[in-house]
Amino acid sequence: MKQLDLQELGLRQINSTLQSAIPETDGQQWSVSNPMGLHAIACGLNSKLSVTIDGNAGFYCAGMNQQADVTIKGHAGVGVAENMMSGMVRVTGNASQSAGATGHGGLLVIEGDASSRCGISMKGIDIVIGGSVGHMSGFMAQLGHMVICGDAGEALGDSIYEAILYVAGDVESLGADCIEKQMTPEHEKTLAELLSRAGMDKDVKSFRRYGSARKLYNFNIDHAGDY
Amino acid sequence: MCGIVGLYLKNEALYPQLGALFKPMLISMTSRGPDSAGVAIYRNPVAEGQVKFSLAHERSDHDWNSLSTALAEALACANTIVQRDTHAILVTDGDERSVQSWLAEHAPDVRVVGRGSSVEIFKETGLPEQVYDRFDLASAQGRHMIGHTRMATESAVTTAGSHPFATGADLCLVHNGSLSNHNRLREELKRRGVSFSTENDSEVAAAYLTAKLQQGISLKDALEQALDDLDGFYTFCIGTGNGFAVLRDPIACKHAILAETDDWVAMATEYRAIATLPGAENARTWEPRPATVYAWGAETLEGLSVNDENHMTAGVA
Amino acid sequence: MDENIPRVTPRQSATFDAYTTSEIRRAASTGIYDIRGGGAKRVLPHFDDLLFLGASISRYPLEGYRERCGTDVTLGGRFASKPLELKIPITIAGMSFGSLSGQAKEALGRGANAAGTSTTTGDGGMTQEERGHSKLLVYQYLPSRYGMNPDDLRKADAIEVVVGQGAKPGGGGMLMGQKINDRVAKMRSLPKGIDQRSACRHPDWTGPDDLEIKILELRELTNWEKPIYIKIGGSRPYYDTALAVKAGADVIVLDGMQGGTAATQNVFIEHVGLPILACIRPAVQALQELDMHRKVQLIVSGGIRNGADVAKAMALGADAVSIGTAALIAMGDNDPRFESEYNKLGTTAGAYDAWHLGHDPAGITTQDPELAARLDPEAAGRRLANYLQVMTLEAQTIARACGKNHLHNLEPEDLCALTVEASAMAKVPLAGTSWIPGQTPF
Repeated sequence: MKQLDLQELGLRQINSTLQSAIPETDGQQWSVSNPMGLHAIACGLNSKLSVTIDGNAGFYCAGMNQQADVTIKGHAGVGVAENMMSGMVRVTGNASQSAGATGHGGLLVIEGDASSRCGISMKGIDIVIGGSVGHMSGFMAQLGHMVICGDAGEALGDSIYEAILYVAGDVESLGADCIEKQMTPEHEKTLAELLSRAGMDKDVKSFRRYGSARKLYNFNIDHAGDY
Repeated sequence: MCGIVGLYLKNEALYPQLGALFKPMLISMTSRGPDSAGVAIYRNPVAEGQVKFSLAHERSDHDWNSLSTALAEALACANTIVQRDTHAILVTDGDERSVQSWLAEHAPDVRVVGRGSSVEIFKETGLPEQVYDRFDLASAQGRHMIGHTRMATESAVTTAGSHPFATGADLCLVHNGSLSNHNRLREELKRRGVSFSTENDSEVAAAYLTAKLQQGISLKDALEQALDDLDGFYTFCIGTGNGFAVLRDPIACKHAILAETDDWVAMATEYRAIATLPGAENARTWEPRPATVYAWGAETLEGLSVNDENHMTAGVA
Repeated sequence: MDENIPRVTPRQSATFDAYTTSEIRRAASTGIYDIRGGGAKRVLPHFDDLLFLGASISRYPLEGYRERCGTDVTLGGRFASKPLELKIPITIAGMSFGSLSGQAKEALGRGANAAGTSTTTGDGGMTQEERGHSKLLVYQYLPSRYGMNPDDLRKADAIEVVVGQGAKPGGGGMLMGQKINDRVAKMRSLPKGIDQRSACRHPDWTGPDDLEIKILELRELTNWEKPIYIKIGGSRPYYDTALAVKAGADVIVLDGMQGGTAATQNVFIEHVGLPILACIRPAVQALQELDMHRKVQLIVSGGIRNGADVAKAMALGADAVSIGTAALIAMGDNDPRFESEYNKLGTTAGAYDAWHLGHDPAGITTQDPELAARLDPEAAGRRLANYLQVMTLEAQTIARACGKNHLHNLEPEDLCALTVEASAMAKVPLAGTSWIPGQTPF
């Protein structure tokens, strides 16, 4: 395990070290101490590193992650793992707004709660939230899966495209064009895999599935009020 | 667009450290608000029958003692006045309205930036650290404090345009966001006799609350009505004699975070402002829900629940 | 009817003119607002209302072709370690693969390369072709984040954070289903054939204070090498420019309401925003007050057509201009040789603006392979290069006549205005007077 102290080294040095580290020669396990809520920690990683952030991180932690496995031992600020491409990002605490925003791939696990706009414009990322999510989560979600073990706030999945949402708890309200859909064995299998990868022990039978009604895909004056 | 910070000490043993604990909080928000900064600190409550004014002048060598003497002679009142850079804290046993009218008439270049029994407001243009140091706040003692760092959006970078804005006795407001209907609302309030010193949208929010409170509406109700009447994006932190309240607009884009330990409650635009507080790592932290009023230590304010668990949301950091 | 009474000529209403009444009938019939491409078509105060004051006795002109008149510009040196060095101060504005065919994107790259300038991606990500064909490529970072990925960010020469565009400040993107073919759909992670609607705000930041943090992330992702541009639609240019500077921009791109779009509501294009003429001085003022003029570069766009426009924009304080619509026209958009086909589409050459439908006879604003094949990227690229060269020569001609050895030495004092409106907006005196409305006494 290689230790990097953010307060001592500064953000630029930490990130350039992690971005250029080669797991085979520089070591695979890294840890960043004293994050103190600073921003853009461990963003832009592109190798199979395993990085632990020891404490609460600020905005855009592990942004655009590729391949790396990043664990934030604490809370994460706005846009954690935004636009993630691959790899895995885990938040042991809660996540702020826009967690996993526009992510194209990989797995984001939030063990606590996520705030509003979780998975906004997601494009293939899988997100598993141990707790609840705030309002407008899954807004314009295009592709990928969002698994919410707790409750969902207002306007879940508003203007959703082809992403699939699973919720175990209560949904305060569904957004425009988002509807409940039938759970098939295939969906249960996908869900079980996601829960298992995320390390969440939760019965797939307790979840309901939500997705797009596809009524807004092409403009129709009869749905003008939903736009 | 701005940074907001608030700190309420639950543990009396920490009161002597209030200013020192608060300083890194405010400074951490410098990049969000490099244009000006301000704080409201609640300390040294005055005796019954007295009122405390926070006054400001554009010059730091203004002759405050002469002003205090003239005021005492004119209104036959007893005053103490303490200068802090461009500001002065006046404690008087004169009638509040009479003092304000006298100041308006005889000292038109002096601005009343705060009033009440314990609040003291200091604000200036410049980097937060410079502003903090000018007013010698690092050694300040007290129970709670709110602060603001400002990145001016559509109004001038001036002291008058800096936050906090006083909204009534011991009340003040800081704002992060951008209101979109403040011009019409300002005209409406002007017609009702409210005067404005800036083109700042946040001053309109403050004046709106002031007007509501003057009508006898509770702070909680006033804030809830604000949800209907104020358009745009906002996170407000409202300093009160007993603590502070927080409100976000229904869309809630401008983030805010709350954290609490046995020793303190803190509010900030970003977690990094809270990170330097003792025990922050293990504090319970969460984000205030949209369109929901939160308050601490506001037990005397009708309708405001203290630390209402029902208002806790999903979501944090 | 009494034959002796003179007949009154039938009079059309100026308020309810032929276009207006046709639009009312169209709306009543379809129940949807009019969507189209292009920029504002209404008459607006523009650079044509300004004139240069050539040198004579009080100032001395430079000899054309023999005495040097520089045109180069460096963009993005404020914080980026690798600023862009352009030979000419005319760049190609962001236009997406999706809104334009692959051939058209290639032609833009070829033309820009030949002229020594940059091209820009659009709302839809970066294609291999356009990266391959553009020596200098600016990668747009948009609210939709379609196709956004860190590999392409690192391949870009600059990153343009798009907050808004002149055709629709405050609005999001649109791409109609006809143009979402398999490849476009895949790039945008969307189902084929749907009407794509893009967000008007970024998903993970709002306001300058958060933008500052977003810029930090983009710089950290790209080793602080790439210039960060901020593109804004002309609406409150003074404040927006100041805030973009405070948020940490290297370059500001300011797009007036004449700036084109692939598809937006006509009402938005014609009724929201400021003409570029009205945008430049407030933006420059903001830069000057922050001591950032010429340090943070200002690129202006929206209705730039010729070298005179380039020179006028620069005289008002811009460091460079950007062209979109003009580049498409140079490549063949709205060419009268397609007149019969425009007629079949119910329009005429010069008025064709149904860029969103993808039936472009010129093969530019389309994803139809047969139509797209009509555009020869090499020939179209050559036309664009020629056009860029002509504009540059024209701007130099004017600058030399004003006694300047570099385009960036043009000043507002080299200009006068023909109309009171232009005088007020550009803050240059009305021709033959020293009067600037709102600035000096008449």
